[in-house]
Amino acid sequence: MINTRILKVLLSKEIALMKRNPIIPKIILIMPLMVMLVIPLVTNLDVKNVNVAVVDNDHSQLSCRIMSDMEHSVFITISSVSDSHKTALRNIENGKADVLLSIPLNYEKNLNDGNALIDVEANGVNAIKGMLGIRYVSQSVMETLAGWRQEAGITERLSEISVINRYNPTLNFRNYMIPALIVVLLIIICGFLPALNLVSEKESGTIEAMNVTPVSRLTFVLSKLIPFWIIALLVVTVGIIVGWLVYGLVPEGNIGAIYLATVLFSLVMSGLGVLIANQSSTMLQCIFVMFAFIMVFQLMSGLFTPISSMPQWAQYLTYAVPPRYFIEIMRAVYLKGATITELWLQYAALATFAASILSLAALTYKKQS
Amino acid sequence: MRKAIEISGLSKSYGKLLALDNISLSLDKGELFGLIGPDGAGKSSLYRILATLSRPDKGSACVCGLDTVIDYGRIRTKIGYMPERFSLYQDLTVSENLQFFASLFRVSVYDNYDLIAPIFGQLERFPNRKAGALSGGMKQKLALSCALIHRPEILLLDEPTTGVDAVSRSEFWEILSCLKQQGITILVSTSYMDEATQCERVAMMDKGRILKTGTPQNLVAGLGENLYNATASDMFRLLSELRRLPEVVDCYTFGATLHVVGADGFDPKKTSGMLKSAGLSAVSIYPAEGNIEDLFIKLTLNERQ
Repeated sequence: MINTRILKVLLSKEIALMKRNPIIPKIILIMPLMVMLVIPLVTNLDVKNVNVAVVDNDHSQLSCRIMSDMEHSVFITISSVSDSHKTALRNIENGKADVLLSIPLNYEKNLNDGNALIDVEANGVNAIKGMLGIRYVSQSVMETLAGWRQEAGITERLSEISVINRYNPTLNFRNYMIPALIVVLLIIICGFLPALNLVSEKESGTIEAMNVTPVSRLTFVLSKLIPFWIIALLVVTVGIIVGWLVYGLVPEGNIGAIYLATVLFSLVMSGLGVLIANQSSTMLQCIFVMFAFIMVFQLMSGLFTPISSMPQWAQYLTYAVPPRYFIEIMRAVYLKGATITELWLQYAALATFAASILSLAALTYKKQS
Repeated sequence: MRKAIEISGLSKSYGKLLALDNISLSLDKGELFGLIGPDGAGKSSLYRILATLSRPDKGSACVCGLDTVIDYGRIRTKIGYMPERFSLYQDLTVSENLQFFASLFRVSVYDNYDLIAPIFGQLERFPNRKAGALSGGMKQKLALSCALIHRPEILLLDEPTTGVDAVSRSEFWEILSCLKQQGITILVSTSYMDEATQCERVAMMDKGRILKTGTPQNLVAGLGENLYNATASDMFRLLSELRRLPEVVDCYTFGATLHVVGADGFDPKKTSGMLKSAGLSAVSIYPAEGNIEDLFIKLTLNERQ
């Protein structure tokens, strides 16, 4: 079915056409660089500045110390100090503050008696910022209180918890994103480009001339896919190099494991591209269908939000989302140094997807109507 | 002798639209055959079936003695198909396109260069120009060269002269008669009725059916019997007056004059006298020679009635 001589002729045609295309080669070069250089910096869930509105009804030495300690914290800024809870709440409403801390009347006095309460409220619209804001503020208050008690001679044994973050010691969100961003690039480049390439032949009518030649359909489709498989490997290489040079992130595991997963995933995505191209007669149809898939792939693959926090039914659905497995492999190999044998299930899933999608694509590609 | 193309009882519909309705046709080897009909007559649908790109719903078509459904693989090496739309790679150069199609058919450009030399000759001057940058006539010649590069037995040309200037059109027909001398069977379609006379035989198509088949001379023979030219100073009024007369079967504009198809008892002198008395000036009605267009109008008129 596959004639290597004809495949060579078709490939050199594809390469000649791609070279002459004014946009595609640039996109292939610039997009991975842009994504790798910009996205890890902007998709950041770290909260680095929390504005606090303080309601101080105590006006004691302790309340002053709580505030000054907070001012010294890197992550906390006191945006306003007032006497009324109402005023402070208004500050939260108009966005000037994220967290409200209220110190009640006689707080210092009651503390010595042992029944003092301090209130912390947070704006929960941005759940992550609210949660972390409360943590930062209460941590700061706890530290102040501990120091205060020590000076007052109250020795109280506080239980301490020691925390170590494994695999991503500084809890850097970037390290979590970079392996996944390489996946995003492959979704777009291996899925979109071959599909658009095939449909453009339909739109320009050249497919008619191709279909009356004795070229077998398998050879023809391969000539469309092989260039993008090579591009996929290049994109992954660029991604790894940028991750290393710019962010200092080096895969813990074997680089071969990453490339094996890349090859399997390229097969899946390009097969899907051909499948969609077979069903579309115009670029517009093709782009829309492709876009629907890419949306689902990006949001349901555990790229931004962990799969384990999705509802149970959605978690079952993610088993049908191929990038899920690739992202798992990438993160495991990159951060944990996992091996192919440990991840055999993910590799097997990708291989199954590749085989079934590619055969479906080959079956639905028709030279006749 | 085996027929080059043998079509019998062919039907094809796209959804509710019946594109081809029980078509039967046969072409001898080495024939230059014209398929004449307006847009939407079903010509391209027929070409797609003959080029093995589409399957018929009913009936069968044999090309070079091979069935288009069963033996499509072998047919593809024996035919040269030029679709209505320009279907070469616009971003490849003239010589790259030719090289590319030659390689796909596993021949070298030089194997059959003698065949395409008269056509490709003019293109040789700019081998490195992109196909998309060629003029309409030049594109047509390049497409024809690419369709001929593997020396096909049968050439299927779907409206090759549409959108091509008059000079290039007549040049194109000269090329076709040269190719015919090389023994290639040519099926060419056109919506220009005047091109029909360039073919050895023509089939007139409309609404998916073949209305009539024959040599252009035979087809128009006998057409002139009741056919007249009519002119007057007010052509539009003349047309409406003539259409109202019971002895006029049909009347339509034909270039600068009107063509009048008279019934058996039509008398040009009597009619022009009548028109003059109705207030028309400079009325003249005189016998006309029928051509393919008149025949087409006559045939579709029969269809309508």
